[in-house]
Amino acid sequence: MIRIVNLHKAFGDNQVLRGVHLTVEKGETMVVIGQSGSGKSVLIKHLIGLLRPDQGQIFVDDTEVNELDEDELQAFTRKFGLLFQGAALFDSMTVAENVAFGVERYTKHTPEEIHRIVQESLARVGLHGVEHMMPYELSGGMKKRVGLARAIAYQPEIMLYDEPSTGLDPIRADAINDLINMLKRDMGVTSVVITHDMASSYKIADRIAMLYEGIILEVGTPDEIRNSRNPIVQQFIHGESHGPIKTW
Amino acid sequence: MIGSMIRKSLTVRALAELGEVGELFWKTLRNLLKRPREHQTLLQQLEEIGVRSMPVVSLTAAFGGLVFGFQMYISFHRYIGAGSEAYGGPIITLGLAKELIPILVGLMISGRVGSSMAAEIGTMKITEQIDALHSLGANPVRYLVVPRALAAFFMMPCLVLYGDIIGIAAGFFYNVVVMGVNRIVYVQNTTQYLELWDVMTGLIKAAVFGVVIAIVGCWQGMKTEGGAEGVGRATTRTVVISSITILILNFFMSKFLPASLTGQ
Repeated sequence: MIRIVNLHKAFGDNQVLRGVHLTVEKGETMVVIGQSGSGKSVLIKHLIGLLRPDQGQIFVDDTEVNELDEDELQAFTRKFGLLFQGAALFDSMTVAENVAFGVERYTKHTPEEIHRIVQESLARVGLHGVEHMMPYELSGGMKKRVGLARAIAYQPEIMLYDEPSTGLDPIRADAINDLINMLKRDMGVTSVVITHDMASSYKIADRIAMLYEGIILEVGTPDEIRNSRNPIVQQFIHGESHGPIKTW
Repeated sequence: MIGSMIRKSLTVRALAELGEVGELFWKTLRNLLKRPREHQTLLQQLEEIGVRSMPVVSLTAAFGGLVFGFQMYISFHRYIGAGSEAYGGPIITLGLAKELIPILVGLMISGRVGSSMAAEIGTMKITEQIDALHSLGANPVRYLVVPRALAAFFMMPCLVLYGDIIGIAAGFFYNVVVMGVNRIVYVQNTTQYLELWDVMTGLIKAAVFGVVIAIVGCWQGMKTEGGAEGVGRATTRTVVISSITILILNFFMSKFLPASLTGQ
């Protein structure tokens, strides 16, 4: 279970998070929606210790993330798989080396076993025969899938997805949604998904939380969010330029 | 009033940056012996910094040796008199080994390797690859900085020693082969006055310069922001900061390292 308590974060004068409270139950897929620049990625980076909060606490199971030192944090990240918005593949490595990277560090498998895990992880995201390709030879959708294969290869307990469908055509975006649902079904992982794509949100979410002006404005099931009476939520989910949310 | 505020803010910024570099250097030292050791990255960096820098070091040392040999020949010929040029041998060799080659190699490696470290790590930073390292259980300092600092620490003295040989040979070539200075007197004078410590001084400087180049390059890379423009800025700043640091450190090391171990 993930519990975020009163999380504050500022970058210089820009107060991005102003007291976020959110709980994600074990095995649940929580989708966090919000405008571009609303701090969704900042929120997700706190969960894995990439950013340290100015104020507030984050508990993952019984561990408080902020209290971990550098070495403890490194071991702690084993719990997480993170799919980056731009995939963040290591561009000096082949696809196979990218996928094997976390497995080599987090597990004690033999090279043969690692080879098998790489093949299985790539097959799980529908990729075959790409092991020796370099990231620059892949399309955007393939990069995302390799990024996903890399994140799931060491079987994390919690998956974090940062804008998984951004930059993909609707069909490939839907394929990524199917993969997220498949991982939840097959591996029982807890997931936190950051997105502003409502079609994806409805398809994959158990619950949806809307982040607005540094706080969680509303949390609910997809139906509850659809039927929200909050005009800010309604404006966002319908993608309307007129309403209480300032466009510029 | 405004001038004083600007000076104060520049001082604060300089101190903050010094703190950042100091912190990175300390983290690098702390991670030096921790496992897992990144042998593959270390080997790649040894090749990148050492083997691939040899052509540029060869050219720099050869022309450095030639021009220094030329100036020494002219100076002895003009101010002391014809026939005294062979006494330039020890000065050429000493000057090259202790000062000129370490400085020239340091500046060249700062331009070639330091900037490339900043560009590579800076690109990794803006494409979230450094965050990806963290999320996959690799400590970015242990994975990126330690191998580069170690490789630069070990390869810079090798490059300077290699540069010494080429530079000294070039000085010898200009004086003895081109200008016809007496070979026996030139070599005898050089071997009589040159100590092993003179060469060692240059190698110690080189090792320090290597660490400076790697730490500055990695520091600038890891704090890169703002896309391609940010990467460009990081590479430029790396070359400027490490070059100036090398020149300043060179003076203080020349001043405070013993001139001779035999008391001559």
